[in-house]
Amino acid sequence: MATDSSTVPHIAPAPDAHGGEAHRHLTSYYVYEAPVRLWHWLTAILVFGLSVTGYLIAVPPVSAEGDTNDLFRMGTIRELHFIAAYLLAIGMAWRGYWAIVHGQHARQIYYVPFWSLEWWKEVWGMVRWYLFLAKKHERWVGHNPLARASMFGMFTLGSTFMVLTGFGLYAEQAGLGSWQDTLFGWTLSLFGSSMALRTWHHVGMYLLLLFSAAHIYAAVRDDIMGRVSTISSMISGWRTFRD
Amino acid sequence: MARVETFYELLRRQGVSRRSFTKFCSLTAASLGLAPALAPKVAHAMETKPRIPVLWLHGLECTCCSESFIRSAHPLVKDVVLSMISLDYDDTIMAAAGHQAEKCLEDIRTEYKGKYLLCVEGNPPIGKDGEYCIVGGRPFVDQLTDMAKDAMAVVSWGSCASWGCVQAAKPNPTHAVPVHEIVKDKPVIKVPGCPPIAEVMTGVVSYIVTFDRLPELDRQGRPKMFYSQRIHDKCYRRPHFDAGQFVEAWDDENARKGYCLYKMGCRGPTTYNACSVTRWNEGVSFPIQSGHGCIGCSENDFWDNGPFYERLTNISVFGAEANADQWAARVGVGVGVGVAAHAAVSAAVRMTDKERHKSPPMPKGGHE
Repeated sequence: MATDSSTVPHIAPAPDAHGGEAHRHLTSYYVYEAPVRLWHWLTAILVFGLSVTGYLIAVPPVSAEGDTNDLFRMGTIRELHFIAAYLLAIGMAWRGYWAIVHGQHARQIYYVPFWSLEWWKEVWGMVRWYLFLAKKHERWVGHNPLARASMFGMFTLGSTFMVLTGFGLYAEQAGLGSWQDTLFGWTLSLFGSSMALRTWHHVGMYLLLLFSAAHIYAAVRDDIMGRVSTISSMISGWRTFRD
Repeated sequence: MARVETFYELLRRQGVSRRSFTKFCSLTAASLGLAPALAPKVAHAMETKPRIPVLWLHGLECTCCSESFIRSAHPLVKDVVLSMISLDYDDTIMAAAGHQAEKCLEDIRTEYKGKYLLCVEGNPPIGKDGEYCIVGGRPFVDQLTDMAKDAMAVVSWGSCASWGCVQAAKPNPTHAVPVHEIVKDKPVIKVPGCPPIAEVMTGVVSYIVTFDRLPELDRQGRPKMFYSQRIHDKCYRRPHFDAGQFVEAWDDENARKGYCLYKMGCRGPTTYNACSVTRWNEGVSFPIQSGHGCIGCSENDFWDNGPFYERLTNISVFGAEANADQWAARVGVGVGVGVAAHAAVSAAVRMTDKERHKSPPMPKGGHE
């Protein structure tokens, strides 16, 4: 395991707020570099925006009143969806690049060490913790193994799926021979029909929303019960362990 | 073997004037998207080339493709298109029957080895050794395999041959499969639609006989010239879609105004076909123009991508059917209740844990 300077802990004396022993410390690690934090929040906003506009494309709002010539409501919704989608895709590509050139924390969400028995034991430990079967759990500077698995399985694969199918759908209007069609047109063939591609793109949205719900709940819970600054670490970059 | 008549000779023999013939060639060139200068080339081909023998097989189908084909808008179709090719076998419309008719297939296969076009309407059911569709005393799938072996190419007429269509819809009791799953060593041109547009069918055949080559196909194996765009891309109601003006109910004011049928489940945005351009019945109309949404009949699995009158298709999970939004609502409620319950238990556990401020193990860096 490589340790670079960013994971060197900063130890500060902790205020003795709860009558604990005097030698307790706050230990902080610099985990998330500024660009990663920026990417996180940008992606969060984009996923939310894409879900709203995407839902409205599938289930449009009540018909617009007025002269057709002056209206572009559905067009605007779709336009916003496409702009947000391009930003998300660029962000994803950039984040992938960052994972390649930067340290271990940046790479965590791109794979799970499923070949490691040790890792599975750690996953089991976290499952026990979430099922209230264990009173304490191990702590990690980066993601806990269960969080990592859900981020890889639901977010990384899920958002990649959405980008691929999204561009596949975009290729339909870009037309045969467009670069979107050349690079992503195969997704339509994969699902057999344009309708099926839409349906699964729609299902993918719910997968990401489901992930978001679990992600936010787990972060809040971990911040309180895991005694880690889970939430503020995505703002300041520093993950502080109380003790 | 006697010299094979050309189309032109045959037409003249049937009393078609030179003038009508030239008009047909121009129209054919136009419908194929060719430059006007190429009309003489079409004419030349028809005057000089021997007719391609075409065998038209019928599997599990309803004959709507044939019905559509013989209604091709151009008045000369019955004389010309059916004469352009040498339709040597078509069990639905030919007079011959019995052993002699079946022998005709064998003759063409040996005499024109690798030179005839095999058109297939309908598809082979392969369940129970193919016994659900028996032609001439043996399973259709055998007839198809035999005849495809020596064909120049195979044309899959309609959604049955191209995708499977209604008989292959869930649960597909006869195990009907599209032609391309049986014929793998020959080019298969899919001309889907239920039925395909008559002009599209004649256009595909005209292209092959005129240029002696198969039309360029898209990724799904359909001729690009007719299937490269969606109904939606050329729909005359598209401006209402972009504006966000939709028919909300079949008898509302918006329906009278001719707004977009998207909310009524129109499959125009997901259907590749030429309906909004060529239209039907000599260009009179097409479904959307008559106020009914497209049902996506030229698309793969269109029967299973229902209901036709709803935007979202049903997804079957362990036999339960609901669309994506309804599933999401169910799962969402489950997750909401789960999270709330988990949070409540977490709070209770924390409140009762006297050691809740004691230190857990120090963090690990994680694994690489």
